[in-house]
Amino acid sequence: MSSNRNILGLIFSNMHDSTIPDLTKERTMGSVLFGGRYRLIDFPLSNMVNSGIDEVGVITKSNYQSLLDHLGSGREWDLSRKIGGLHLLPPFSHVQSGMYRGRLEALYGVWDFIKTSPADYVVLSDCDVVASIDFAKVVEAHIETGADITAVYAKDVLSSEQAQHATVFGINDDGRVVDVLLNPHISGACNLSLNMFVLSKEFLKNIVLEAASKSLYSFEQAILQGRTHEYKIMAYRHDGFFSKITSMESFYKANMSLLNTENRSKLFLENRPIYTKVRDNPPAKFGIGACVKNSLIGDGCIIEGTVENCVLFRGVKVGKGAVVKNAILMQDTNIGSKCDINYVITDKNVKISDMRLLTGSQNYPLYLGKGAVI
Amino acid sequence: MYKTKKECVAMLLAGGQGSRLYALTHDMAKPAVPYGGKYRIIDFPLSNCVNSGIDTVGVLTQYQPLVLHDYIGNGQPWDLDKLNGGVHCLPPYQTALGAEWYKGTANAIYQNIAFVDRYDPEYVIILSGDHIYKMDYNEMLEFHKKKNADATIAVLDVSLEEASRFGIMTADENGFITEFEEKPKQPKSTLASMGIYIFTWKKLKQYLIDNENDENASKDFGKNIIPDMLANKEVMVAYPFDGYWKDVGTLDSLWEANMDLLNPNIPIDLYDPEWKMYSQNPVMPPQYIGSDAVIENSMVTDGCVINGTVDFSVIYEGVTIEAGATVTDSIIMPGSVIKSGAIVEYAIVGENCVVGSGAQIGARPETVENRDDWGIAVIGHNITISENAKVLPKQIISENM
Repeated sequence: MSSNRNILGLIFSNMHDSTIPDLTKERTMGSVLFGGRYRLIDFPLSNMVNSGIDEVGVITKSNYQSLLDHLGSGREWDLSRKIGGLHLLPPFSHVQSGMYRGRLEALYGVWDFIKTSPADYVVLSDCDVVASIDFAKVVEAHIETGADITAVYAKDVLSSEQAQHATVFGINDDGRVVDVLLNPHISGACNLSLNMFVLSKEFLKNIVLEAASKSLYSFEQAILQGRTHEYKIMAYRHDGFFSKITSMESFYKANMSLLNTENRSKLFLENRPIYTKVRDNPPAKFGIGACVKNSLIGDGCIIEGTVENCVLFRGVKVGKGAVVKNAILMQDTNIGSKCDINYVITDKNVKISDMRLLTGSQNYPLYLGKGAVI
Repeated sequence: MYKTKKECVAMLLAGGQGSRLYALTHDMAKPAVPYGGKYRIIDFPLSNCVNSGIDTVGVLTQYQPLVLHDYIGNGQPWDLDKLNGGVHCLPPYQTALGAEWYKGTANAIYQNIAFVDRYDPEYVIILSGDHIYKMDYNEMLEFHKKKNADATIAVLDVSLEEASRFGIMTADENGFITEFEEKPKQPKSTLASMGIYIFTWKKLKQYLIDNENDENASKDFGKNIIPDMLANKEVMVAYPFDGYWKDVGTLDSLWEANMDLLNPNIPIDLYDPEWKMYSQNPVMPPQYIGSDAVIENSMVTDGCVINGTVDFSVIYEGVTIEAGATVTDSIIMPGSVIKSGAIVEYAIVGENCVVGSGAQIGARPETVENRDDWGIAVIGHNITISENAKVLPKQIISENM
């Protein structure tokens, strides 16, 4: 992919933290672990890099230690650059920036950074959607349609619970957004916003500065909803695989959806790799008596028991005679021998002693917090 | 340019062809050959250097250096991308007097005296890119200093039968080397040189210059430098090592060294967080083990998709083993595909190969009547084996079949 200095990427790492309070207790949405070796920010970040975007700002808010640790200098995404590269943008980093209430305030707070970028276009993305999307194509469509804002969406069927954390578009035959619903009380088929937007820098500047002078802070309310008819907001449909994480239940389902071979083939494309932090784990080891079916296994795992329908992150150990089913075991979880584990999500460094029995259910998996010892 | 003085600089001899690895080293130098699921042989000396606090490494390359140079890159995976020091690939070069290949191990270092001198080190450690082992070079350096030695040679106690394959040291009770013989027919001792030398740089430099000026010399450490130093009664000590060490110079030993990782009784632990082995990590999703898979006693890494049966095997990154395929007692190198119904036993399959469905690669030793006819079956890199083809034990395949 050739470099595209004309596009600046901006990622909001903390939007939607409140939808999964357990997982974001000690981290941002962007640093929530996902898919056996990733953190959620790896997806928007890799998408940007794979689209030739080589200057990316990450707008954080709070709890960002794990995010800083994960991103480092950005080297693993090839963003440790002299020209462009990765920029971390915490609150209070500029004179006018404080603890922001919404996207517009956050953008106003980092305007000095955005201003100095040579890019003419800006891609905004949150960290709640797992997908492989070519932003270069979205920008192309944005230019072609002469839109003020281009919003990425997908066709989806929502439950009433999912809809409460969703932005839903009404789209006319020309592909223009004509109606915007925020957290609506609906269910069924709809056009779901994937919270990724393209704007020209000039247009973004106008709305951000205007919003600041009027104390408006929500991009969705003030711009998408408030100016639906005034601005030309065009919809860009994403057809491939995606998972939107809005709750612990959807987090569980999103991880499990990767056990489906077709989903993996649409997310992990050969020419659009998903980058993440390297941990230098040795290969996973399957011991005598191991029995593993339908599971994703990270490097460094040592498995001596039975593992079925699971996502095991890097460095997980499953003891002899243990049976682990339908579980998500995050980094360095240690399951003792002869344990019986079903529908469980363990956060990092959870240790479960021998012979324990832990069971959750499919729509309410049992969650064990970071470092828990059972 | 100003360079910080370094106490010890490592020079890693990585130019050898490794001709006894046949098809596996056709397009790459031996140190670049994959090992242990996600490593290449050179990761071991490089990781040992970093873990021992040696941050300046010259890698002497000559034979097929493309893969090796590409792999080492700027040294970042080993934390060797340093402002001062770091890893440097040193292929032969042209001078005002003409161009010369590296004519021997000693000549390779001789041609890079200027590189070493930039760091003005007290000591130089000479390593080779042919061995699998974990070793704290710093302990060896402390030993060298404590003994006031001019040269320290790491030695391994081998069996008497094996001894004639190695350079053998005779040492007195204090560890001072009294005699050295390269591959002796009748070994006088069982202390085998591991090809790891620490020299006091000033001394070594003089010997390298003298050796270079001697037209009859073969410019080799084992043949010239060590015997010359012994003859001149320099202080030379044997540094005993009792950990795991394996020369992976032959197809059999490469296969064995991989299988050793699966044997809990053999002391090579890659999972020790105190002595991590570093490597270039592939950017691939986690491995997927399918519903039909049967997998035990094996190592598998990122990017693999396993739907078949895998037992006692080491599977490298990005390998696909289809449902109905069986892989036992084998090593499958990066990116290869084993199609359904194929059987791979006691074999090494190189990088990016395709083994067609129903093909049979290798065989178990007990199925072969004459044991001398049995050996590891080997498929080189980028090779396609057609459906139902048969590769016999001991066969080495270097072209599509």
